[in-house]
Amino acid sequence: MSPRYPGYEVEAKRDTPSWNEATRLAVDKRLAVPREPRFFTTDEWITLEAICDRIMPQPGDRPKVPLPAYVDQKLADNVQDGYRYAVLPPQGEAWRRGLRALDDAAHGVFGGPFRTLLPERQDEILRRAQAGALEGEAWAGMPSKAFFEHRLVPDITHAYYATPTAWNEIGFGGPASPRGYVRMALNRRDPWEAVEAKPDHEAKARQANSRVR
Amino acid sequence: MSGDPFAAPRAAGGRAPDVMRPGGWLEMREHADTDEVDFVVVGTGAGGGPLITGLAEAGFSVIGFDAGPYFRPLEDFASDETEQNKLYWNDNRIVDGANPLTMGGKNSGKAVGGSTVHFAMVSLRFRPEWFKSRSALGYGADWPLDWRDMWGWYAKAERALSISGPTRYPWGPKRPDYPYRAHEINGAGDLLARGCEAMGIDWTPTPLATVSAPHGKSPPCVYRGFCRFGCSTNAKQSQLVAFIPRAIKAGAEVRDLAMVGRIETDRTGRATGVHYIREGRWRFQRAKNVVVAGYAIETPRLLLASANAQHPGGLANSSGLVGKNLMVQSNQAVFGVMEDEVRWYKGPPSLTITEHWNYDDKKNFHGGYCWMAQGPLPIEWVGIQTSARGLWGQALRDEMEKYNHQVGLKMVGEMLPNEANRVTLDDETDQYGLKVARITYGWGENDKAMIAHALDQMQTSLELVGAKELFRQTDDTNHLRRQDQRGQFGLSQLGHPQPLDLRRFDLPHHGWGESLTDDHGRRHADRPPDRQPSRQGRALAPWPGEL
Repeated sequence: MSPRYPGYEVEAKRDTPSWNEATRLAVDKRLAVPREPRFFTTDEWITLEAICDRIMPQPGDRPKVPLPAYVDQKLADNVQDGYRYAVLPPQGEAWRRGLRALDDAAHGVFGGPFRTLLPERQDEILRRAQAGALEGEAWAGMPSKAFFEHRLVPDITHAYYATPTAWNEIGFGGPASPRGYVRMALNRRDPWEAVEAKPDHEAKARQANSRVR
Repeated sequence: MSGDPFAAPRAAGGRAPDVMRPGGWLEMREHADTDEVDFVVVGTGAGGGPLITGLAEAGFSVIGFDAGPYFRPLEDFASDETEQNKLYWNDNRIVDGANPLTMGGKNSGKAVGGSTVHFAMVSLRFRPEWFKSRSALGYGADWPLDWRDMWGWYAKAERALSISGPTRYPWGPKRPDYPYRAHEINGAGDLLARGCEAMGIDWTPTPLATVSAPHGKSPPCVYRGFCRFGCSTNAKQSQLVAFIPRAIKAGAEVRDLAMVGRIETDRTGRATGVHYIREGRWRFQRAKNVVVAGYAIETPRLLLASANAQHPGGLANSSGLVGKNLMVQSNQAVFGVMEDEVRWYKGPPSLTITEHWNYDDKKNFHGGYCWMAQGPLPIEWVGIQTSARGLWGQALRDEMEKYNHQVGLKMVGEMLPNEANRVTLDDETDQYGLKVARITYGWGENDKAMIAHALDQMQTSLELVGAKELFRQTDDTNHLRRQDQRGQFGLSQLGHPQPLDLRRFDLPHHGWGESLTDDHGRRHADRPPDRQPSRQGRALAPWPGEL
């Protein structure tokens, strides 16, 4: 599928008045996330990678946003959310237990570890977790539905939409300090905002997006 | 850049950051722990900020404690959702009940200036009848003060915060002109307005605490849209910008990165000061009066944690109500897709509002609600898509691509009090070794009826402007009721030691602006705030005419 905002690069605005120094530092640090596990074991990391590929599948024509790395970083640095559902253990314990339990379920239902299953079978395991249909010793009382909704999905998807790659895909203006925006009304676009491709006019949009600064 | 605001206190060594100038400093009066100051105020947000200002300007010695850092917005604030998580209260809390609250995030704040640093700036007034909701409307409890008193305070607060707003407000008694003109309306706000007009109900540009023209060193709002992640230009009139500098110039001390863990009382039950931790060391600050302004969770947590022989159930709790009757807003929403490019990330998120159902009582439930235009940023938006619709995988990616065409309306509704909705102390401890708050919440039948009504109304409005693919967000985080979105703005909360959300029900029992030096309980029940015994009087005395 062709991109909705072809050629739009939010990072092209990095050295414009849309990005202040604090923003540049924050985004640089994010993009330099360590790619090796610090919290998870190698084994857990591989399962997590397979899960990330199903929760947030990414196109093959660009480097992947390293989602397992962001989840690992959150847990290794113990970046907390400010609350925890009483039915869930602390985030690190929830993740370890959840990964083990999903793997157990993969074995139980399809006879192999989660990472080796076909994508549609992986999805089936995840759907069962989402529905709260997975139970068993490995969960140790943690509801699979709560783990899926409040831990697994947010930790992966929030990490994805914190990246310029994701902002480009959805045409988000991205950082905007101190320049902000001028054209506020419906169907108005500032020259530093993404251009959406109209059907059969992708080249035109691509050209316009190349001028976005 | 001026270093890490979390690494060490910035308000120290006789100076505090001047938030209006990069690298600037203000001279600050400092007290020794052994000084018996007139007032310690715990919390420097919506309640504490103006209070320490008023006390200092009236000549009292006062220290404002805040557990969070002292940010310099011009240098520290990024245009970035994730980075700005640093503004929130991210320490652990346990949530349970039938409808557990989502805490952290924008439902919290841990910074000098409190959650006003990231609040959505919506600055409404109460409907007059709400001050007599029991006798006039048949639910809740009457306030011990008259709406006409508040009308004057609102006007003062609106001037102090340079509120931008419409020249004619469609509901309620006449109000003075807002100090600043209303902001330009963005696409999302325009669609709210068109929907209301199609339904035949009023709407208005939202009164907002961000300036539409220069004010002092604050430039006009540039519509960058990250308002709820901290304003990096100082256009927003947060406590950090509007009041804290004034407080320091008037002689107040602010202690950042200073977490108060317990209030000490003497043999007679009078408060003598606070135990607090700063730079890894527990200390004790002596004080004649202690005011707790820590909002709906941290205030009851501190009062309960300060239980002792004289106050076995916690401080100021002879009524047993501390922590009970926690109330949040219902924040359910309806979203849809337009053919138009809306690009709702531009400008303050709620530039228009309708309070129609706050003022129309032809409903089959108690209380009211308004709705506001929406502008969630990408991480917020994916949170809505995943939690409200259960989306993930390619289906989620496909929906996220429609981001610039989305439109939404979100209710801000009044939930009714219920003693079972409450804050208690859990056995788990935080990084300070203090017991964390357990927050229990469930919706009542009245709450559910209101939510259903609002969802139908909002959906109709979106249908009438041509939005497609509508879906409902029924599980919203349900924000703690707060000054910006429910008219509890400005002076209505000054110096009140109770959680704000208990105010309407606890006021008759504990009085207004009560400091924790005594606990007269119901003895104050029927006394208006300005007739309270001295300590209460002194807490409020600085205010009239000072703002």
